[in-house]
Amino acid sequence: MIVSFRLNGEDTSFRVTHPASLLDVLRDELGAAGSKNACEQGECGSCSVLLDGQLVCSCLVMACDVEGSEVVTVEGIAGEELHPVQKAMNEAGAVQCGFCTPGFVVAAAELFQRNPTPSRGEIEEALAGNICRCTGYGAIIRAFEGLAGREAP
Amino acid sequence: MEALYPTDIDEAVQAVADGMTPLAGGTDLMVEVNFRQSRPERVVSLRRVRELAELDGPRIGAGVTWRRIEREGPRALAQAARTVGSPQIRNAGTIGGNVGTASPAGDGLPFLAAVDARIELASPTGRRTVPWEEFFVGVKKTDRHPDELITAVVLPDRLPARHEFAKVGVRNAMVIATVCCVVTRADDGRVTVALGSVAPTPMRARQAETMISAEPYPSEAALAEFARLVSEEVTPITDHRSTEQYRRHAAGVLARRLLERCLREPEAA
Repeated sequence: MIVSFRLNGEDTSFRVTHPASLLDVLRDELGAAGSKNACEQGECGSCSVLLDGQLVCSCLVMACDVEGSEVVTVEGIAGEELHPVQKAMNEAGAVQCGFCTPGFVVAAAELFQRNPTPSRGEIEEALAGNICRCTGYGAIIRAFEGLAGREAP
Repeated sequence: MEALYPTDIDEAVQAVADGMTPLAGGTDLMVEVNFRQSRPERVVSLRRVRELAELDGPRIGAGVTWRRIEREGPRALAQAARTVGSPQIRNAGTIGGNVGTASPAGDGLPFLAAVDARIELASPTGRRTVPWEEFFVGVKKTDRHPDELITAVVLPDRLPARHEFAKVGVRNAMVIATVCCVVTRADDGRVTVALGSVAPTPMRARQAETMISAEPYPSEAALAEFARLVSEEVTPITDHRSTEQYRRHAAGVLARRLLERCLREPEAA
């Protein structure tokens, strides 16, 4: 069957023959490999995307279910310039191996769209579904505290 | 592969009766698919069914997400919602999925037990509502017939004046409960205690309820006895998450702590 949706603002369609995840279709068929595949069970957040504006794990979205929906991946977060959350991560040195970074970028972009001045607690809660296996949380949190206009203690 | 995207409830119910696999948030089903334990070839997506997304007083549509319950649900259920998975999981996962999966650790289930909620199911021949105690029959086993769709969770028209949820796990976020608990207290002093992760299904600690409901102003000794009874009544096992002994202890501690919260003056909003 053919599934049609909007991916990063462009009309897109793909064929599915089995209950593949959106993550697999993004990476293997649509050339959008920014969303990473790690746990395949919604624990790590490295595949985070926005589905109709909601932050979700693309590994837990059945690809056929995006029919008629709007999906934004990490590739669609930046405009002409990097998104402010991407700049903040660069400046704070909040990228180590980089594998979790796309998921953090998408999750943080969603947070700042909802709440431009999150507290540290709100940042931590919003990013609770994203795991950094390098354990680089200190710099990641500092990056977003800076962006929220709060200096780290 | 075949998929339907109904917006109408009757169409969704018919699809399930025709053997199609219901797909809501996907947070349980897709884990099975990703781990090659399930390969549904005919799927009915429930995400667009308007009736399932309705949250109207005591009736919570099965398709209402944890994210919405976190913001719009009754206090203890909203508290439970906030501990379900991560923001990503709460944006996708639904209360109907929690009920249908019927995990012993389902975070939303102790609340349903504590307030004596009913589960509404629909088949092409009609609807029925089942008390929670009859619906949850074992570990991941329910009274749902194969041709039925879970359509709603129905709470009583009036909830007890006070109700509180808490959960113990190895960390604060993204954690499956070691023990979770809801305590309710009505204005007439009647207390209910429901727990998860301590039995094959959500359960009530009825002896502890009876004992403490007779104590309008519980003394320290009564609170201690209440906790002891809860610890005694639960029937946990030792598994990879915890031990029977720890779960018994934690169940008593949580129940007492929540009762104490119910007895305090309500916090200012």
